[in-house]
Amino acid sequence: MQGSAVYNLVFAAIICVACAIVVSSSAVTLRDRQHANQMLDMQRNVLVAAGLAGTDESLTAEEIAERFAPIRQVVVDRRTGEESDTDPLGFDGRLAAADPDTSEEAPDNNAGLMRVADEALVYELAGADGELDLVVLPVHGLGLWGILYGFVAIDADLQTIRGLTYYEHKETPGLGGEVDNPRWKALWDGRKAFGPDGTPEIEVIKGLAGPPADDPHRVDGLAGATMTSRGVTNMLRFWLDAEGFGPYLDRLRREGVAG
Amino acid sequence: MTKPRDALIDPLFNNNPIALQVLGICSALAVTTRMDTALVMSVAVVAVLLGSNFFVSALREQIPTNIRIIVQLTIIASLVIVVDQVLKAYLFELSKQLSVFVGLIITNCIIMGRAEAFAMQNPPRLSLIDGLGNGLGYGLILMVTALIRELFGSGALFGATVLPLASEGGWYTPNGLMVLSPAAFFIIGFLIWALRTWKPEQVEAD
Repeated sequence: MQGSAVYNLVFAAIICVACAIVVSSSAVTLRDRQHANQMLDMQRNVLVAAGLAGTDESLTAEEIAERFAPIRQVVVDRRTGEESDTDPLGFDGRLAAADPDTSEEAPDNNAGLMRVADEALVYELAGADGELDLVVLPVHGLGLWGILYGFVAIDADLQTIRGLTYYEHKETPGLGGEVDNPRWKALWDGRKAFGPDGTPEIEVIKGLAGPPADDPHRVDGLAGATMTSRGVTNMLRFWLDAEGFGPYLDRLRREGVAG
Repeated sequence: MTKPRDALIDPLFNNNPIALQVLGICSALAVTTRMDTALVMSVAVVAVLLGSNFFVSALREQIPTNIRIIVQLTIIASLVIVVDQVLKAYLFELSKQLSVFVGLIITNCIIMGRAEAFAMQNPPRLSLIDGLGNGLGYGLILMVTALIRELFGSGALFGATVLPLASEGGWYTPNGLMVLSPAAFFIIGFLIWALRTWKPEQVEAD
């Protein structure tokens, strides 16, 4: 029997089914825990982007919850920029972008996006005086190996970038993976997102850029990671422009939060 | 027939998978900048090796010879995915730092090598011991490499500062080479040199 084609097939089938059961049961039983970890990690990343937590700071679940308290989570309509009735707590931007009912085909873009969600979850941080201090916007777009997911924090002047952080990406460790490097991330603080005509002009260049005061729209490129650098530029320009969070930022400007 | 004691002790110094067989180098370069990631990686590899050696050995009479490699690989891949899931659930931060390298345990030659060279010929208990021994042999080199790299590259051990850095008001200027992958090549090279000076029988004939 050993060595016959039928035996091989049956044996292979049994092994496959057994392994599939082991893998899927581990995935299912651990899913809730992994999900909780991801949620905490997401909140932590919002805190890092907003400058409320250090990049390397280790925080307990309670500390994250405490620092997250002054942040208001708002679901906004991407096209009008108005607040939507959707409950921010259950909102998952990625599910929304995948569901045909809550998303649309992406307009022409070079950020590698196929579909974009109609709504997005943004984070508004109030300062001590209750006025808006900064907003944290989710951004994502194609790098070299896959989609990078992150947050960009914009000051209440709705022009100055306060921070950029990625919480998930598949870029090469040591090259594109350096988007996680605290020193590179620190370069973003103080850059200006928009040019004089109001279109996003922020750009990751090849080589070195000057300090924010002299070179407000440009950031150092990542050495050996041209595609990743370009991806960061493209996704920021898409999400800050009219098809992304443009209407939302315009609404905030109209409402005078900048003043 | 291999004695259980030899199966456990031999891979540590006499037949170390990294130092003598020079297997599993890729991950040894990638995860040894810090001791905590090296430790988690070592534990993960030990777990996968134990599992794969045990299951392959238990099934060795049943596994058809002509599809044995793919069967071994299926078992190893499943174990690696389970380990990856467990890390994501219980050690989220470290699993993020290890990123793809946990998944790449699948391609670690040590695991495939032990399944094919040892577990296919030996009973499960002995194979378990062999898996443990080889895992520890791999982990030993990883931990020594990580100790040197983290101490001289970041002035710390397990993330706790040992040599205060000059950039933070201390006196130690870290060696930048240590945090880059080539440092692991040099250190492993020196370790192999030291081991072969101690045990000249490991030196290959010219």
